[in-house]
This record gives sequence, structure tokens and C-alpha cells, in this order.
Amino acid sequence: MKRIQLILTLLSLLALAIIPGFLKSHGIYLFTYWLIYVIACMGLNLTVGYAGQKSLGHAAFLGLGAYCMALMLKAGLGFWLGLPCAALLCFIVGWLLGFPALRVQTIYLAFATLGFNTAIWLFMRNEEWLTGGTFGINNIERPSLMGLSLQNNLRYYYLVLFVAALLALALWGLLRSPWGRAFTALRDNPIRAESLGIDIQSYTLLSFAIGAAYAGVAGALMASLVQFIDPAPFNVEASIMMYLMVVVGGPGYFLGPILGAAVGVILPEWLRFAQAWYLLIFGAAVITLMIWLPDGLLSLPSVLAKKRQSREASKKRQEAASLLQAHTGENP
Amino acid sequence: MSQAILKVSNLTKSYGAIQAVGGVSFEVPAGEIFGVIGPNGSGKTTLFNSMLGQITPDGGRIELKGEDVTHLGPLELNRRGVGRTFQTLQVFPKMSVMDNLLVAAQEHEGNKLSRLFGAHSQHIEDLANHFIDQFKIRHVAHQRAGELSYGQQKLVDIAMAFMREPEVVLLDEPCAGVNPSLVGEISRLLKLLNKERGGSFVVIEHNMDFVMGLCDRVMVMVEGQILAIGSPDEIRSNEAVLNAYLGN
Repeated sequence: MKRIQLILTLLSLLALAIIPGFLKSHGIYLFTYWLIYVIACMGLNLTVGYAGQKSLGHAAFLGLGAYCMALMLKAGLGFWLGLPCAALLCFIVGWLLGFPALRVQTIYLAFATLGFNTAIWLFMRNEEWLTGGTFGINNIERPSLMGLSLQNNLRYYYLVLFVAALLALALWGLLRSPWGRAFTALRDNPIRAESLGIDIQSYTLLSFAIGAAYAGVAGALMASLVQFIDPAPFNVEASIMMYLMVVVGGPGYFLGPILGAAVGVILPEWLRFAQAWYLLIFGAAVITLMIWLPDGLLSLPSVLAKKRQSREASKKRQEAASLLQAHTGENP
Repeated sequence: MSQAILKVSNLTKSYGAIQAVGGVSFEVPAGEIFGVIGPNGSGKTTLFNSMLGQITPDGGRIELKGEDVTHLGPLELNRRGVGRTFQTLQVFPKMSVMDNLLVAAQEHEGNKLSRLFGAHSQHIEDLANHFIDQFKIRHVAHQRAGELSYGQQKLVDIAMAFMREPEVVLLDEPCAGVNPSLVGEISRLLKLLNKERGGSFVVIEHNMDFVMGLCDRVMVMVEGQILAIGSPDEIRSNEAVLNAYLGN
């Protein structure tokens, strides 16, 4: 990491640590909600952005994580056991969901994962004996850490911030390891990757499993944040919204989920003043973005750099043509 | 002739009523550069794809160092020491040149877990740097491969096939779309790699000067059959080859 990037990262973390202290309860809650979606989208970015697998079932993992945590808390097993169990459960289910990706790709894979999301959502809604159905599960506790209660919104925010930073660091390391290169090779050219000895089957499964584990942790944190869960936030619409967050931020950009989740979670709050017009404004903004920056917001610097290079090259060609004309008197 | 590292026996492959490859047999000894030429539709690519596990032949046998590899896929073949290039450019465009080379070798050291927690070894980094210098692409080593010129990408593409230090390399039209000066450079590099690192190369190519200047032996295919196998001089003076392919 370059020094400037390190300084900017530390300053951003400092800002994230300080700013919520000056916010009211709803603002802190919103920041926490955003960070939870950042975690979920980091996982989806690995599956979609780095490994190139089209997944429209990520909200199902968020739901599995949330219900796993809620049920474990109700069973008295505690938050600190619930968190890794949610990640492990989603890792296993994500691994299994990866199998269709070994047979189908692109839009067909998207539909397969969408079907998976619908099945999980129906399970959450219909199996009342376990999930509470549409009544959901309420009175979900927030944890304590070494005797310190995290019931308070700000304290819980710091816990989520710590988990998000830890998972971001883990993802950073993974993407810089040979695994990261293998995921990118899988996305860019699976046939070539296989001819170089990269086991594309196991990396496809891993990309789903790790991405799902991130969503599982996010779901578990969400259950304790909201303190109530029902199937509604884990439907197909939520999966599409998460996919949109990744695409808007910039798939395959490490910081993409941070920006994308802000657009998906915080922007709607800012657009509340527009009331019924909100969805229209949001939709128009997304369409405009996809036309001008199809690789997401974070591709803006490289798009500008390419335009500048193109202008400079064009200028040089014009200068060379003028010089040639001055010497030979001919129009080249 | 030294012992065959690659042996193809009576290989056949048909698409419906059309027989693309009809009972082709040949051997490639260790260290040899073996050329495959023939007009379009002569079955070269089908033969190549069968040897690389991309398609399953209808009949026949392919042996690598005496082991039957007829039904193995590309991954297993690579693990057994087969490298390849494709007819079209197949670099990873969003990775740097250095990462393209590293990813081409990383799966052959350690296990999956060690690749997660550890970086690549110094050996493959040294090898990547060696190829970067040898292929004269040092000035673009940290640029994204997709941003390079076609010729530079072609060099990266070829270098990637050698990163795994393969015993057999199959090169599918390595000169397709490159300018004449680069054709000479690719020929020089392949000869150098063959001398330095050993290994056998099988090359499909339409550029006759390139094939005749590079290969120890050349096989001519016409309509899925072998028309002739011999040294470049023998092929150039073979009446049947002249009539069917090279012309007078």
C-alpha cells in the first residue's frame, strides 16, 4: 500500500470513529446499517466483482446469518458464538450454491441464484415453528464485551466498525495473495486460467462461500442492531439492491462497496424530502451512472485519465501533422 | 531419435458426417520443436484441441511420457507439464504483466492454504523477472496487460505458457496478427527457450518461413490425414506437399 493510501485509510477510519459521536441516535443507527451493508457488499464484490460470478441471491445469506444469530441468542448460546456460526453456516450454504455456477454462467447463473433466494425467503416466511414466519423474531439482544454492555447505539456502532475494518483487512490480504490473482483470472478468462493450472471449480466455489460468509456476518450484526427480524429484508428485491450497490460502487474495486452501500443506504435517507419522487430520482441517477460510468463510481479517475491521454495523443498527432505540412508543403 | 515425450496414435475425431481428424499418428521426442502445417480445414485445430483436452477424440490414444492422457482435461494436462498458447490473445487484461506471469505459475507450488496465507515464492518471481527481461517487456512490467500493444500482449501470452516450466508446450499460431519483425523475435525467443529450458514444442502456424526456420520436423495435414512428416528441407521438396499445400 502506498503511503498516501495508508494515510487516507487511517484518516477515513478516524473520521468514521469520530463523526458518529456527534450524531443523534437515528444517524448512528443509519451509519451502523450502512457498515453492515458494506460488509455484505464486500462479500458480494468478491463473488461478482473479483471472481465474475453473477449472484442475485446474496440477501438470502444476509437472512441466514440474521436468523442464525437470532435463534442462537434465543437458545441462550450467545452473540460471540452466534457470529462465527452465522459465518460458517453461510460459508457452507454458499459453497453449495456455487455448484450451479460450475454448470451455468452469466444470466442463467443469476436466475439460479435468484431461485435460491426465493426458496430461502419462502422457508423463512413459511416455517413459523422455527422462524416465526411473517411475525418474525423480536427482542433480539445486543451483546456485552468483557462486562461492557453494547446495548447503546454508539457502542454497538463501534463493534460493527471494528468487525467491518477487520473483515476489510482480511479481504485486502486475500486479494493480494495468490488467491486474489486466481479469482481475477477466473473472472477475466476461465479457459485460459484452467490451461494455466488454476482449478476454476474450487475457486468458483470458494468465491461463493467466502462472499456468503461475509453476508452471514453482516446478517448476524443486523439482527442485533434491529433487534427484530422478519423475512422482508431478505427477499429478491434486497439481493438486486445489493448487486446494484456493488455495480454502482465499482465491481472489482476494493472501495466500491463502501461507496455503493452509501448510495443504497444513505442516499435514500437524503432523498426523503422528495417523498414519492424518491424512486424516480434514484432510478434516473442509476441509469445516468450506468451510461457514463458502467464500471461504477470508482472508475471515474481512470475514465478521466484515459480521456486526458486521448486528448494529449490527438494534440501530438495534430502537431506532427502541422510540422510535416510546414516542411513538405503537403497535406499529410 | 530420443524417447518420445508425446505420442499420438490413430487419433480420430468427426463432426457429424465430416471427419476432421482421421487416424493421425506421430511422436514428438524430448527437446524437439515439431511443426504442424496444412490448409484451413485440414484438422490442425481439432488435433490440437484433442491433445489439449478441450475436446474428446472419438478414437485413438494420446500418451504423455508413456501415460495415457487421452481423456484428461486442460487442468490435469497442465498439472502433468503441458503448457499452451491460444490462437487469439488470452492474457488477463486487468492484471499487470507481472501478475499475468505470476498467476501462470502460482498453482504449482505449495497447497491451496499456503497460497492463501503466503505470498508466491522467490523462485517464480525470479522466473517472471527473467522472462520479462528475456521478452524485453521490462518497461511495461507493471502496466495492465490489456493496455499494451497487440505485439506486447502476444509476448506476454507466450511467456505465460513457459512460466510453469512445462515439458511440452503447444503453440497455436504464435505469429497470428503480428508484424514481420516480431515474427523474427518470436522465432528467436522460442529457439532460445528450447535451448535454455529444454522441453518439446508443438507449433501450428501458417507462416511458412517461421515454421521452416524454427522446427526440427514438420508434419503436413490435409483433410484430416497426414500427408508428410519430415525435416523442413524434406517437406519443402516433397512433391505431394508442393502440389497439395505449398505450391510450386
